[in-house]
Formats: sequence, C-alpha cells, structure tokens
Amino acid sequence: MSESRPSDSQRVVVTGLGATTPLGGDVASTWSAMLAGQSGVKVITDDWVEMIPVHIAAPVAVDPSEVLPVPQIRRMDRSGQFALIAAREAWADAGSPEIDPERKGVVIASGIGGVTTLLAAYDTLKERGARRVLPMTVPMLMPNGPAAVVGLELTARAGVHTPVSACSSGAEAIAYAVDMIRSGRADVVAAGGTEAAIHVLPLAGFAAMQALSTRNDEPERASRPYDKGRDGFVLGEGAGVVILETLDHARARGARIYGEVAGTGITADAHHMAQPDPVGAGASRAMALAVEGAGAVPSDVVHINAHATSTPIGDVAEVQAIRSALGDATDGACVSATKSMTGHLLGAAGAVESIATLLALYHRTAPPTTNLEDLDDDVSLDVVRAEPRTLPDGELLALNNSFGFGGHNVAVAFRTVEA
Amino acid sequence: MAKSEQEILEGLAEIVNEETGIPAGDVQPEKSFTDDLDIDSLSMMTIVVNAEEKFGVRIPDDDVKGLSTVGDAVNYIQKASA
Repeated sequence: MSESRPSDSQRVVVTGLGATTPLGGDVASTWSAMLAGQSGVKVITDDWVEMIPVHIAAPVAVDPSEVLPVPQIRRMDRSGQFALIAAREAWADAGSPEIDPERKGVVIASGIGGVTTLLAAYDTLKERGARRVLPMTVPMLMPNGPAAVVGLELTARAGVHTPVSACSSGAEAIAYAVDMIRSGRADVVAAGGTEAAIHVLPLAGFAAMQALSTRNDEPERASRPYDKGRDGFVLGEGAGVVILETLDHARARGARIYGEVAGTGITADAHHMAQPDPVGAGASRAMALAVEGAGAVPSDVVHINAHATSTPIGDVAEVQAIRSALGDATDGACVSATKSMTGHLLGAAGAVESIATLLALYHRTAPPTTNLEDLDDDVSLDVVRAEPRTLPDGELLALNNSFGFGGHNVAVAFRTVEA
Repeated sequence: MAKSEQEILEGLAEIVNEETGIPAGDVQPEKSFTDDLDIDSLSMMTIVVNAEEKFGVRIPDDDVKGLSTVGDAVNYIQKASA
C-alpha cells in the first residue's frame, strides 16, 4: 500500500464490539451463526400479519426482556433497548476504560427511531384518551433516544449524535465518530446503529413499494442476495455498536485492537427517493473515496461486505458501482452478502455489517452468502458462497458498503492492524 | 368495589416497583416519593397515570402536587374511589 497515511495519533481503530441481532444476542453468537450460514428469518406470529402480503421478518434472537429489568424496558423504545444492550457489550469488550466524560462521545443512528412507541401511543390516544399517554412517550419516540440512552449509560459529554440516512445510518455513525476523534472533539466514541421497526405499518409501507420478499412459506430461504430467485429484502431488527479511539490511545492503554477504520467515503445520488442510480456513480465514488482516504489503491481490497439487500434491482446496481470503483481489482476481492443471514436491519445494518467486516479481517475469514443457489448472470463478482473463505496473511483492506433510501452512499474501509 | 387501604397500598407498591424497580416492600405509607424513594417527576407522572387506570380514579395534576408521601396517595385513592 502507499504510504500516504495519517500518524498513529490520527489513525482510528476499533477496540470493542457489541451487538444484538437476529442471529444472536451478542457478537460471538452472531458471528458463529454467520460463519455457519444460519438464517435469522422467521414467520411473524402477530395477528396483524394477515393484513399484509409479507409474513416473514428477522426478529432479534434474544428479546431484550430476557436481558434488561422491567423498569428499564418500560423507559425505552425497543430500538433504545437494543442500543443499550449492544453498547454495554461493546464497552465491556473494550475493557470498560476510565475516560474523562468530556472526552467520551456517542454516535448511535437509527433509520426511524422509536416508531413502535409512536404507533402504540397513538393507539392509546385513540382508544383510551389523551390522559393515558404516558409521560415518557416523547423521550422514547424521539430518534435521538437510543443515542441519548447510551450517552447516559456511558456518561458521554463530548457529544451525543444521531446521523440519519436510512439504511446507511449505521455506517454513517461510524464515519461521524471517526471525524469526532480526528477533529479532537473526543478520545473514545461508541458508535453504531439500531432499528426496531417490525410492526405492521412499516411493513405495509415497504410492501406497498414491492420492496419485501413474499417467500412466506420458506422464511429461511427468503433473503437471497445475488440469487436469480430473489424477490426483495426481509426486514430485520437489532443493533451494533463499536468503540473507537486513536491507535496511540488504544496502544497506550493496552487495548485489544480489532482493526482500523482506515478510510470513509460518503456521497449522495440525487437520483431518486428510493431507487439506486443504476450506474451507481455515487456509490462508486463513495468506495473510491474510502480507498483513497485509507492511502490505498483498489488492488489492496481483498474483501467486501456488500450492501446487497436481496432486491432484484439493488443487488445488481451495486455490482456496477463496485466495478466502476475498483476496476479489474474487483476480481481480487471476495464479496459477502451477510443480509442473506441477518435480513436487512435498516439503520443498524451499516453497524452490524461493519462488525462482520472487522471480524472477517481479525479472524481472516470472510463469512458466507447463504441461500445463493443460482447466481444471477449480472453479478460478476467473486462471491463467498456456502462456505466461509480464508483471507490471506499480511496487511488486508476490506470495504463495507451501505446505501440508503434517499440516495445516501457510505463506504467504510477497514484495515488489519499489526498486534 | 371499595378497596381497603392495604389493597391500595399493595397495588400502588406494584406500580412503583414496575416503574422504578424499587422493591414493593419499600413502598410504605410514611415514605416521601421524592425524598425517601428518589422518584423523579416523569416517573411520578407515569405512576399517577397507571394508578388512575388500576384504581379507576382521576387524579388531576394539581392534586398530585399535594401527594408527598405514599400514605397521602393511598388516602387520596381511597377517598376518590369511595
């Protein structure tokens, strides 16, 4: 790789990971389920499911009520509960360091925030009157709720932020946190995303756009990025949080380093409110910016965690963007589409998939893309199929792509860090 | 149906416990909500809404101000449901 890199006091690394996903209640169980190619998609059993054509979703494997006491559950929207669980795991994983609160930051994104609280409160208002609307309703439904919950938990005073960009929110949060550290606003930042939107209204909305898979009779086979039989994404829920600090700061306190956030690229399409630009110019530029920001070149990229949601149009548009950004070096990168297992976690996707990318580098093992039986002819990528793929020795660079409705493109380049 | 003071105290203790995690046994008549039980105003409002629901009474916001202790609340609810 070229040597145009920032100093160790400007290089930002990841020292803690936390998650609660449809594959597991923490990072370890999520990662081992991912390597095994398991699916977190289930049949929805709520009675409202009969109202809509989609009867499948990917709920978290461990419900927060099994982990958090009742009084805490009652004061947070489900998205806040997920964020708290993931943040606690990440902070403990980072060694629960003693950091001056004014040097601690939090960036927790969500696509839609406390939507289930909002809808339940509206039902209460209609059915039982205004007086029955509980006092904590507003703090629970506000989109910055999860970030504030985590900020309170960690006593973070440098700043608590919630960047929102639909399905790229989780990755954008990590990029924002990197900037927070590099600009000197904070020394340690907990960053990630959360989403809890499995409810008849969001599902009806996505279904009306024909964005969701209706493979109701085979839930575990419904999320199938790159496969000819794909018919839309599966809605998932959960959260992912990473702990970020400079390489110098991490080494000074003897922290375990998972990898470096080597570069970030953020662009916008200005093409359509929900459809991706078919030539993927914005997405391509985001990837190129991330690679460039890492002081690297396309041929350094050995692995990509694709956005690949399992939609007929989106999966292929991203292929174009990857080819455009990396050129022939595309063939040297193995691609994993982990939404095949987790489903689409919306605002949490970029964070959970960043964790998958970091672990792929840390363990030098790229996760599989499950349900890929009949590769679409237009997907000219080296896709990691049923079995995990061993990555080479030496310094490695990987990309995590996240693209959101509204034309938001975020690419994060992660790099291995020598012990 | 009229509830006894004890029934109301137990019902209220359950609401306080679910909202705050404070053990039901700590919710005793002489305890002040703010000074002894350390219950903040938002939690107090939530407890009031839940108590209205549970005991089928109305506790106007102005009257809530006068409920300093658990015993004050129990007496109020008993009178209001009589």
